[in-house]
Amino acid sequence: MATQHSRSAARLMMAPAVFLLLVWMLVPLSLTLIFSFKKFLPLRGDQIESGWDWVTFFPSLDWVGFANYSRFVTSSSFWPAVSTTLLIVGGVLIITVCLGILLAILLDQPMWGQGVVRILVIAPFFVMPTVSALVWKNMFLDPNNGLFSHLWRAFGAEPISFLSEAAMPSIILIVSWQWLPFATLILLTAIQSLDSEQLEAAEMDGAPVLKRFWFIVLPHLSRAITIVILIQTIFLLAIFAEIFVTTGGAFGTRTLSYLIFQRVLESQNVGLGSAGGVYAIILANIVALLLMRVVGKNLDA
Amino acid sequence: MGRIVLEKVTKSFGATEVIPPLDLTIEDGEFTVFVGPSGCGKSTLLRLIAGLEDVSSGQISIDGQDATIVPPAKRGLAMVFQSYALYPHMSVRKNIAFPLRMAKLDQAEIDKRVASAASVLNLSDYLDRRPGQLSGGQRQRVAIGRAIVREPAAFLFDEPLSNLDAALRVGMRLEISELHERLKTTMIYVTHDQVEAMTMADKIVVLRAGNIEQVGSPLELYHTPRNQFVAGFIGSPKMNFIAGDEAAKHGAASIGIRPEHITVSDDGGPWSGVVSVSEHLGSDTFFHIHDTGLADTITVRADGEVGFRHGDRVHLTPRDDVIHRFDRNGLRIA
Repeated sequence: MATQHSRSAARLMMAPAVFLLLVWMLVPLSLTLIFSFKKFLPLRGDQIESGWDWVTFFPSLDWVGFANYSRFVTSSSFWPAVSTTLLIVGGVLIITVCLGILLAILLDQPMWGQGVVRILVIAPFFVMPTVSALVWKNMFLDPNNGLFSHLWRAFGAEPISFLSEAAMPSIILIVSWQWLPFATLILLTAIQSLDSEQLEAAEMDGAPVLKRFWFIVLPHLSRAITIVILIQTIFLLAIFAEIFVTTGGAFGTRTLSYLIFQRVLESQNVGLGSAGGVYAIILANIVALLLMRVVGKNLDA
Repeated sequence: MGRIVLEKVTKSFGATEVIPPLDLTIEDGEFTVFVGPSGCGKSTLLRLIAGLEDVSSGQISIDGQDATIVPPAKRGLAMVFQSYALYPHMSVRKNIAFPLRMAKLDQAEIDKRVASAASVLNLSDYLDRRPGQLSGGQRQRVAIGRAIVREPAAFLFDEPLSNLDAALRVGMRLEISELHERLKTTMIYVTHDQVEAMTMADKIVVLRAGNIEQVGSPLELYHTPRNQFVAGFIGSPKMNFIAGDEAAKHGAASIGIRPEHITVSDDGGPWSGVVSVSEHLGSDTFFHIHDTGLADTITVRADGEVGFRHGDRVHLTPRDDVIHRFDRNGLRIA
């Protein structure tokens, strides 16, 4: 199969895809890098007059060095944005992994209507983030007519305006609801691959239910949990729609990606936003490195 | 101690009765083998004794104590599974120590017992490896080690050798037999391989469709099978069955004669036929003989030196004193 001829043919056929990927990744990345060192305020008329830059196919921009970078970090909203981002990622991970394991165990039990129940459990994953955030905002978290408010009143409590008074928990709840199916699905397949003889052996060895879970099921799931954590982290670092639709970044829910959005589109400062984008890349890499250190070893062996 | 008594034990899965009422006594220290074709309920029976399945009715007692509803861990039995069921994320040492840890023994005692089990099973060099790094035979020994550290009243083996290759199987067969000689603990062993049953057992229980067809020592079963099923199941190659006129001559509906009880020659005998396939094992040769007018194929065991070929016409002489006679229902005529 791997003759000289077929290998070069393969290279030729892969070339368009590789080229497209390179352009797709490299062009935005290098543009972001270039802009982050420039003063780029598109709505200011003075920039139109300064001519055309043939490298970036953009108007010629003033070089400002690391000014954007230092301005982005020294902004009073930078560190709160980082901690908000990490809090949302952490909170959602804890909730989805814990509930995911419980749901996976539950769905693994033989029961009537298993197929339908499994599809229902997976359903939230098919709902677009914008839509699900809207549904949550209007149907559940609305202070007057939301289901939660009715629940509060049913117990005689005064319903609060969830999205303003408990904004972070609300956002974490919405995002967890979206990602729970993903975690459940992966953990369910992992649980199904557990050899039932191992559980029976542990039962014969005198391990009660909780110890069987701790010593047999949980170690068996470790690899699946690692994958859930890694994949979810990648996506959760960049959540945007849920915040945009519900709080608009207010009440302490401004994440790093939301801050960048505000810098670029609301303040129309592309240079500053690009510097933020580079920080976001650095943050994502730090998180990824930490995760690989902590849980990545489960992927070996 | 490990005397296990089953009284009127039944098991049904939904409407299907897998085990009709069954009585069986396994004496203390006995090596009992449950043997039968696949789907005969032998594994289910073992799991009932282990407590991994609940009986539908009847009573199981272990050492005189009613154990019918006692949970598996409290029955004092240890089981070795077909897939070994080792815990893949634990080292061999932790695997073997697991039941002791669950029993909350102190660490010194655990270490002592693990070390002694490891030395008995030649596992001392592998204690810190993971099961994934061991060969099939070594995994099997770890599974046995995990069973013996508990010092159980009886060992239950569920087809433990079926995942091993032929050479290793013979070796492990010997090791398990030696272990039984040394420990003198009751062992119940499930297999579909009658050779394992014959070579290891003190007592064989032949099962078919959940029914006990016969219980007895290997030689009892070989010499006096109670019916045609047991006769055909025990012994390798299988017993030849002949119906019709030849059986009528012996006053039976059908007769059975083992391959080793027929002499093959080229110069006369009551039966004759044509050699179709000859299997040379070196020590023995098995001839499959067609066109005898008695049955489709008659299998004959001859000495390794006998050299008939495909297509040769040969004469067969059965030993009259070891012909088994069966009546219309397949039961032995004494």
